[in-house]
Amino acid sequence: MQSVLNAQAEPALHLKYLIVGTVVLCAIIWIMVMIVLAWSLLRAYRSPGEAAPETERRMGRVVLSAAAATVFVITGLTIASFYATGSLGRPESAPVTIKVRAQQWWWQFIYDEPDPAKAFQTANELHIPVGTDIRLELEAADVIHSFWVPSLTGKRDLIPGRRNVLILRADRPGIYRGQCAEFCGLQHSHMALFVIAEDNASFDRWAADQRSEARTPSDGEAVAGKAVFMAKPCAACHSIRGTEASGTTGPDLTHIASRQTIAAGLLDNTRGALAAWIADPQTLKPGNNMPMVPLSSNELRQITAYMDSLR
Amino acid sequence: MTGDAGLAEQRIFDLDEGELERRLSETWETPRGIWGALTTVDHKIIGRRYIITAFVFLILGGLLALAMRLQLAQPEARFIGPDRYNQIFTMHGSTMMFLFAVPVMEAMGVYLVPLMVGTRNIAFPRLNAFSYWIFLAGGLLLWIAFALDTAPDVGWFAYVPLSGPQFGAGKRADIWAQMITFTELSALAVAVEIVVTVFKQRAPGMSLDRIPLFVWAMLVTSFLIIMAMPAIMFASSSLILDRLVGTHFFNPAEGGDVLLWQHLFWFFGHPEVYIIFLPAVGMVSSIVSTFARRPLFGYLPLVMALISTAVLAFGLWVHHMFVVGLPQVGESFFTASSMTIAIPAGVQIFCWLATLWDGRPQFKTPFLFVIGFIVTFVIGGLTGVMVASVPFDTQVHDTYFVVAHFHYVLIGGAVFPLLGAIYYWFPKMTGHMMSETLGRFAFALIFIGFNMTFFPMHILGLEGMPRRIYTYQPEMPWAGMNLFVSASALVLASGFFIFFVDVLRSARSGAPAGANPWGASTLEWATSSPPACFNFARIPVVAARDPLWSEPDELTVATGLRTDRRELIVSSLVEAQAEARESSPRNSIWPLLSAIATTIMLIWSIFSPWAVVWGSIPIAIALIGWFWPKQVPEDES
Ligand code: HEM
Ligand SMILES: [Cu+2]
Repeated sequence: MQSVLNAQAEPALHLKYLIVGTVVLCAIIWIMVMIVLAWSLLRAYRSPGEAAPETERRMGRVVLSAAAATVFVITGLTIASFYATGSLGRPESAPVTIKVRAQQWWWQFIYDEPDPAKAFQTANELHIPVGTDIRLELEAADVIHSFWVPSLTGKRDLIPGRRNVLILRADRPGIYRGQCAEFCGLQHSHMALFVIAEDNASFDRWAADQRSEARTPSDGEAVAGKAVFMAKPCAACHSIRGTEASGTTGPDLTHIASRQTIAAGLLDNTRGALAAWIADPQTLKPGNNMPMVPLSSNELRQITAYMDSLR
Repeated sequence: MTGDAGLAEQRIFDLDEGELERRLSETWETPRGIWGALTTVDHKIIGRRYIITAFVFLILGGLLALAMRLQLAQPEARFIGPDRYNQIFTMHGSTMMFLFAVPVMEAMGVYLVPLMVGTRNIAFPRLNAFSYWIFLAGGLLLWIAFALDTAPDVGWFAYVPLSGPQFGAGKRADIWAQMITFTELSALAVAVEIVVTVFKQRAPGMSLDRIPLFVWAMLVTSFLIIMAMPAIMFASSSLILDRLVGTHFFNPAEGGDVLLWQHLFWFFGHPEVYIIFLPAVGMVSSIVSTFARRPLFGYLPLVMALISTAVLAFGLWVHHMFVVGLPQVGESFFTASSMTIAIPAGVQIFCWLATLWDGRPQFKTPFLFVIGFIVTFVIGGLTGVMVASVPFDTQVHDTYFVVAHFHYVLIGGAVFPLLGAIYYWFPKMTGHMMSETLGRFAFALIFIGFNMTFFPMHILGLEGMPRRIYTYQPEMPWAGMNLFVSASALVLASGFFIFFVDVLRSARSGAPAGANPWGASTLEWATSSPPACFNFARIPVVAARDPLWSEPDELTVATGLRTDRRELIVSSLVEAQAEARESSPRNSIWPLLSAIATTIMLIWSIFSPWAVVWGSIPIAIALIGWFWPKQVPEDES
C-alpha cells in the first residue's frame, strides 16, 4: 500500500531510516524534557523555594549546557539530512526516461522513443522495469500537482511552465500505489496512480503490446461499439491508435482493457464499472472533465464491449 | 506640548482621589449607547470587541473543522461534496489564520499593552478603531460569501494557477484576495500603534530592560508584521490584477512565474506563524512568572530569543517549498536555517523550566494551560525540526503528518497559551473570576481531546494519507484511525464548549476579582478590575522589572497630567524618562466612516477596476473629516 513505512526500494528505504531515526531521537528528547518538567513541578511540594544567587548561577549553567546540547543535536540532524539527500539517486545515470504529464485529475505517462512509431502513452498506470533507475520528467498541463509514490521515493511537484526530474526505482516487482499530493482542485482526492514494476522480460512484453495499434474488434457487439464510439463525442477527447479517434483531452484508450483501474484509481476496470462510468461520469467523480454523453442502453452495452476488447 | 518642567507645574496634589477620578472620568469616558459604541477610541473597549469577534471566528472555524471531520470519518462518505468541502477547508484555514489567530493576538496586545506599559490609551487610537472595523468587514465579506456558496475554494495559501484567472472561476479567489487586503490593513495599523505605544508611551522609569516580556513579544511581533506585509500585499494585488485586468504575473504561458507566488506568499506566510506564536510566548512568560511566584529566570536570553526568532523567521520560508524542485544548494541552506530556529525555541523552554524549578507553582487553570503548552509545543517543535529536513519533508509534505505538526504548533503552541491568558486576564477585563472547577474540566477535555485528535494524524501521514482530500477509498488502511480522530474532535469541541460556557457565566456572575487576584507583578494589575476609562488615576513610576513585587505597598506615581483634557506622558526611547505631555484624540465617528468607505472600494474592486478610481472619493472625504484640523485651546499653563 502507499505508506512511507512500507519502503520497497532503496531511496525509500534511506528515507525510512532517516525518518524512523529522527522520530526515535526526538521522542527521547521529548521524554527528557517531560521528566525535567515533572520533576520541577513535583519538587515544588517539597522545597521551601528560597531564591538564592547560588541556585540562580547553577541554573544558568544548566540552561547553557542544554542550549549547547540543542546546537549539537541540530547539527547532527542537519548532517544526517544532507547525507540522506545525497543517497537519493542521480539523474545523469538513469537509462530510461518517461514523461509524466499531470492533469486535472489524471496522470498521463508518455514513453517517448527516438523513433516516433515506437512511442506510446498510457494513463494512471506507470509500468517500469525492476532494478533500473527511471528518469521521470515531470510536467503539468494545467495547475500544480505532485507525484508521490511513498513506497518508492519522496514526492516532487509538477509545475506549469517548469520541468522537474525525479529518479524512480523499484527493487522488487510489485504494484505500488501513489497519489497526487498537491491540492489541484475539485477532484484532488481522486487522482491516484499505480507504479507497476516487472522484470525486464515482462516489461518488454508489455511495452511491445502497448506499442501495437489497437486491436480490431471481432465480436459483433464490440464492432458496433466501435462505430458508436467514433460517431459520438468520445472520439473528440480520446485517442485510440489505429483508428480515427485522436482526441487529447482525455486519457489514451488504445489498450484501456489492459489497465487495472479507471478514472485514476477510482474504480476497478470491470465491464460493470466501465458502463457505470460512461453512463454518468459526473456523479462518480463530480467536476471531472469528461461530460456525460447521452447513450441508449444498447449503445452503452456496445461501447463497453468495445472498451473491453482493447487489450 | 511642554518640556519636563511642565509636569511639575501641573501637580494636582490638592485633589483627593475621588475628585480626581471623577474629573478624569468626565474627560476619558465613552458615552453610553449606540453612538458611544460607534465612536469610541478607548483601547480597552476596542480590544475587548476585537477579542470577542476573533473568538466568534474561532467558533465558526471550529464548526467547519467538525464538518470536515464528519465527512472524513468514513471512506467515500457523501456527507459533503467536493465543492463544498474545498470551500470548507479553505474557509477553515483562512478563518483560523487571518480572522482568528493573528487578530486575537493583536487584540490581546491592543487591550493589554497600554495597561502593561502604564499609559492611558494606545498611540493613534482612531487608527485603532479603524483597524477593528476593517477587520470586521473583511471577516464578514468572507463569511457572507460562504453563506452564499461562493466562498474561496483554493486553500488558505491560494496557489496559482489554481487561484488564477484560468482555473479559479467566478469571484471566489477574488474574495479571498480582498479579504487578505482587509486583514493586511488592519494588522499593519495595529502593529504601528503598538510599536509607537511601546517606544514612546511607557511609564516613567520603565527602561528597555524593565519591559514585561509580553510587551516585548508584541513589539517584536509588530516589527514582523511590518516587514512581512509588503510581500503579501504585492502578492495579493498581483493576483487581483491577473484576475481582474489580465496582467501575467503568474501566468507561465506569458512569461510569468508560478513559483513567484509561492515565494511571496511564504515570505509572508512563514513569519505569519511567528506572528501568532511570539505573543503566545509572551503570555506564557507572564503566566509562568506569576504562578511560579518568582521573577522569570533569564529575562535577557528570553528577549534575545524573541528577537532572534523574528530575524530567523525570514530566512526559512523556502522550507514550505522543498518539493518544488529548487537547486540543492538552496535547499541545504534552508534546511540549516530552519533547524537553527529550534535553538531560540529551546532556550525559551529551558528558561521557563528553570523558573518553575526554582519557584513554587500554584496549579491554577491558567498555569495548567501553560503546562499543556509545554507538553504539546515541544512535540510540535520537534516535528518542525523533522520537516525542516529536505529528504524527510519529501515524504511527509502535504500529508496529514504536516496537518498534525502545525496543529501542534498552532493549538499547542498558541491556542493553549491564549486560553491560559484568557483565564489569567479575564478578571482584569471583567472584574470577575472564571470558575476554577469548570476551568479544570475545560482544560482536561481540551488537552486530552486535542492529543487524541491530532496525534494519530502523524501516523496517518506516514501511512500515506494526503491532506486536502475530501474523501478516500475503502481499500486504503485509514478508515479506523480517521473514525477515531473524528470522534476525538468531539471531545476537543466539548472542552471548548465548557470554556465558552464558563466565559459567559463568569462575565455576569463570576466571583469579584479585586485589583490583583493572582498576586502578579506587572502594571496592569496596579489598577482596578476592570480598569477605569482612564486606566490609571495617577501614572505609576517604575523602578524595577517586577514593580508590584518590589514595591508591594504603594507605587510611586507621576503627577502633572491635566484632568480636563486627554493627556498622556511621552517618554524617551531607552530609559523611558518623561519627556512631554501629549493629547490623545477624542471619540470620533470618522474612523467608522472611513472603514465603510474603504470597504465599499475593496468589495467593489472585486467586480470592476474602476472601483479604485471612484471608490477613492468617499475615502478621501472620510479621511478629510478624520484629519480636519481642530481648534485646540492653547495650553494655558
Ligand atoms: C477544533 C479544532 C480543530 C480541528 C478538529 C481542526 C481540523 C482540521 C482539519 C481536518 C484540517 C484539514 C486538513 C486537510 O485536509 O488538509 C485542518 C486544516 C487547517 N487548520 Fe485546523 N483544526 C482545528 C483548529 C485549528 C486552529 C485553532 C487553527 C489555527 C489557529 C487551525 C488551522 C488550520 C489551517 C491553517 C489548516 C490548513 C487549511 C488548508 O489546508 O488550507 N485549525 N484543520
Ligand atoms: Cu493533482
